[in-house]
Amino acid sequence: MKKKSVFERVAAFPYVLWSAMFIIGPLLFVLFFALTDSTGAFTPDNILSLPSYAHTFGISLGFSLIATTVCLLIGYPLAYCMSRMSERARSVLTILLMLPMWISLLIRTYSLMALLDNGGLVNSLLEHLGFDRITFIGTEGAVILGMIYDFLPYMVLPIYTSMTKLDGRYLEAASDLGCNSIQTLFKVILPLTMPGVISGVTMVFVPSISTFYISQKLGGGVFDLLGDTIERQFQLADTYYIGAAISLVMMILILISLAVMNKFSDGGEDIIV
Amino acid sequence: MKFLSRFYIAIIFLLLYAPILVVILFSFNESGSLNSFTGFSAQWYADLFRNDEALTALKNSLILAVSSSVLATVIGTLAAFSISRSKNKYYKRTMETVSNIPMMNPDIVTGVSMMLLFVGVAQLLHAGSYLGFWTMLIAHTTFNLPYVILSVLPKFRQMDKSLTEAALDLGCTPVQTFFRVELPYISPGIVSGLMMSFTLSLDDFVISHFVSSPDFKTLPLYIYTQTAHEVKFSMYALCTLLIFAILILLIAVNVAGSLGERRARKKAVGYGMGGK
Amino acid sequence: MKRKLYLSVAVLLLVLVSVLAFSSCAEEESKEVTLYVYNWGEYISDGSEGSLDVNRAFEDYCKEELGLNVSVNYSTFSSNESMYAKIKSGSASYDVIVPSDYMIERMVKDDLLMPLELDRLENYRYIDESFKGENVYYEGDSGNTYSVPYFYGMVGVIYNTGIVDENDEQIGSWDLMWDEQYKGNILQFNNSRDAFGTALYKLGYDVNDYNEERWREALDELLTQKEIVQGYVMDEIFNKMKSDSAAIAAYYAGDYLSMYEENDKLSFFYPEEGTNIYVDAMCIPKGSQNYDLAMEYIDFMCREDIAIENALYTYYASPLTTVVNNPEYREAMAEVHEDAIDILYGETANNVKTQAYLNLSPDGIRGLNILWEELKAKSSIGNGIYIGCGVILGVLALLAVFHVVKKRRWGKLYD
Repeated sequence: MKKKSVFERVAAFPYVLWSAMFIIGPLLFVLFFALTDSTGAFTPDNILSLPSYAHTFGISLGFSLIATTVCLLIGYPLAYCMSRMSERARSVLTILLMLPMWISLLIRTYSLMALLDNGGLVNSLLEHLGFDRITFIGTEGAVILGMIYDFLPYMVLPIYTSMTKLDGRYLEAASDLGCNSIQTLFKVILPLTMPGVISGVTMVFVPSISTFYISQKLGGGVFDLLGDTIERQFQLADTYYIGAAISLVMMILILISLAVMNKFSDGGEDIIV
Repeated sequence: MKFLSRFYIAIIFLLLYAPILVVILFSFNESGSLNSFTGFSAQWYADLFRNDEALTALKNSLILAVSSSVLATVIGTLAAFSISRSKNKYYKRTMETVSNIPMMNPDIVTGVSMMLLFVGVAQLLHAGSYLGFWTMLIAHTTFNLPYVILSVLPKFRQMDKSLTEAALDLGCTPVQTFFRVELPYISPGIVSGLMMSFTLSLDDFVISHFVSSPDFKTLPLYIYTQTAHEVKFSMYALCTLLIFAILILLIAVNVAGSLGERRARKKAVGYGMGGK
Repeated sequence: MKRKLYLSVAVLLLVLVSVLAFSSCAEEESKEVTLYVYNWGEYISDGSEGSLDVNRAFEDYCKEELGLNVSVNYSTFSSNESMYAKIKSGSASYDVIVPSDYMIERMVKDDLLMPLELDRLENYRYIDESFKGENVYYEGDSGNTYSVPYFYGMVGVIYNTGIVDENDEQIGSWDLMWDEQYKGNILQFNNSRDAFGTALYKLGYDVNDYNEERWREALDELLTQKEIVQGYVMDEIFNKMKSDSAAIAAYYAGDYLSMYEENDKLSFFYPEEGTNIYVDAMCIPKGSQNYDLAMEYIDFMCREDIAIENALYTYYASPLTTVVNNPEYREAMAEVHEDAIDILYGETANNVKTQAYLNLSPDGIRGLNILWEELKAKSSIGNGIYIGCGVILGVLALLAVFHVVKKRRWGKLYD
């Protein structure tokens, strides 16, 4: 066996240094701030004060749970329909699906708000048609709608990718063996596209639970999500210690849910390579 | 059935695009209002190009995106090289787990943790104003690194080991081998990593929101400030231009290979679907 | 593969070249001094819609009169509290900031501001006497002067006569902001001091004397109101009120005038229970690198022509006698709104019961913070959300059980 060259050894050095300083380091600082007060002394107070934010944790979880489920319910059939289209239609649809992913979330959220506002286009149309205006902004529905609208493409794309990779022979085999199309969907397609579903779900759930822009613009700041609370502690006040504690708990919460999901997905097949 | 599925696709895409189309349409609106279209005008575009703040933000965004993506690509490629060569399983696992952290964490946690790092270090050093270009560069490079590693690492893995060995046997030093044999082979991975970091950095708002200073505002931060105050209608013009720029870039890249798909898949790796 | 490589390299090269071109432009003016100004949003004439860009004008003035190459870095904040957090954390340094009265007092106490040498300011003498000396209530009894007034004004309630009935008896009182029939059409301040101010004035309590019991009562008022507000906003209010997206909001009188200019259905009153009078003033924070230039800037803002430009852009009340007595200014304001001068300076303004905010005691600041967090954190959620979550969790639990059972069965089969 060859001896490792010097070059091979030093090659990783910048990265090791970088990740220690800027990936591990910041997390240690979060831990440090979460467990200390302004004098730098250890205190469990920040963590202990978190129960007063129980409602925030609850609605963040609830909103993102609903948004994720709706995204899945809309997105799965969409991916299925898309995968059934002709080659050319599919390539156009793929670009159309990816375009919103690359447009800044700020722009998309803001334009949705402008559309739904009491004096926005939707309400003007309603008024023209002789209906009453509906207040969308400042309701929990608007926040959830914003999450669905912003993150739907992130649900569809991985599912769609795993569907296009599906081996057509499985479907043939299923129909040969007497499955009708519904049975094929549930017994063959669904299990085989599970990895796509799982990554879609995480890609919607994680940004939904930590958003603050959506709830500020579409919720009018009435519904305080975890992201709002954290942002306020860091940007509008100097209560970093509480903010760090909330961030820490949110991080742990997300890691646990990812772990649980991966466990139930049977480890999932690797759709990456 | 076929009709139903087409109808469904049409409806969803229509809803997905409605707000964006409204912004594009109303950026040409004469009266600068979002509820009634009174006449066609390009005045908001003219306004935009007279707006120094927006142009500076664009410049800053490009500078930051180029420098952070190049830095991340250099560091990330070297790291991928070392990971692929290492025989130590424990080392490999640790490196891969660590590089997944910024991808798994919500952006806000990454942003906040970066900010706390800078606050903490500044407190230790009793430094004055510390946020600015350098903190932005550090933050952007950090969240770009995993994407570079994930683009490059598979290329190293696919590479035939005998190529390297042959080069070494023929008298190349390891450094020469790296630059002459390995680098050309993995260059597609490097390019896609570079492009991905470039676009991610251009697009980032949440992390920049926590580590920026008024000194160095990027385009997303400018848009955020705009929407937090009275929105000038030149912002709709700006958004329209951005949307078209992205569309053109997307089509160009898609013609040659699908970048977006890769971005989504890379993200999926980050969420623990891969990295085995 | 190759095509992709070329394309990507070409795109990157293009970007690099343009960036280099950009930065070489920047290098030509490399010797310039940057002055960092941190002000409220929409609070300066910025060159839009044909107005004078005051910051550019200052740069030109420095170049021509002082021979200095100055660039003004102007950024904005939306509340005193967020500005304070930024300054206190030291994460960025500024040369000129514009806090309000009570925040100046707090910053003076925290030793965050530099005393100003007023005799160096040529235009300070035009500031109305009522903002000077003994009358400078917002600097405590520090013995120094730390601030030069920029604008002042009062908080009032703006309402849309297209939505709110003009004969509504609650017009004239804070009660209008608590009226349930306008649910979804009411906007409240998104900063703790002003939001609690509205509730405290409504209840007739002192806004400066922190008393937990009374302030909790104010919190209850705000929680009741939370059920019917559309949102907590600051400067987003402009677009909302102009486009009829909200009907009732408490905001600053000057801003009412600029909204009225674009939406003449808007009307305004100062609540009879009393309201807040405030002065926003220019200060130089400690840590400023350009004290002399900052003084120049402050003086420039007090220059008659510049102050008039600003006053005609923001429509706030100016503390400068040169502005208030300028006939052209008065005429221009009257064109905006027939009662503009009256609302800002006249009878209407003088007859309002007002109370300025003073810096709260440390207990008060902490208490207000806790109450504000409570207000923000609480929200009543519709039953639909609970039912939705319940159904989803139920289905998930069923699936999990199903999964485990299936696994066991298959496991037994294989045994």
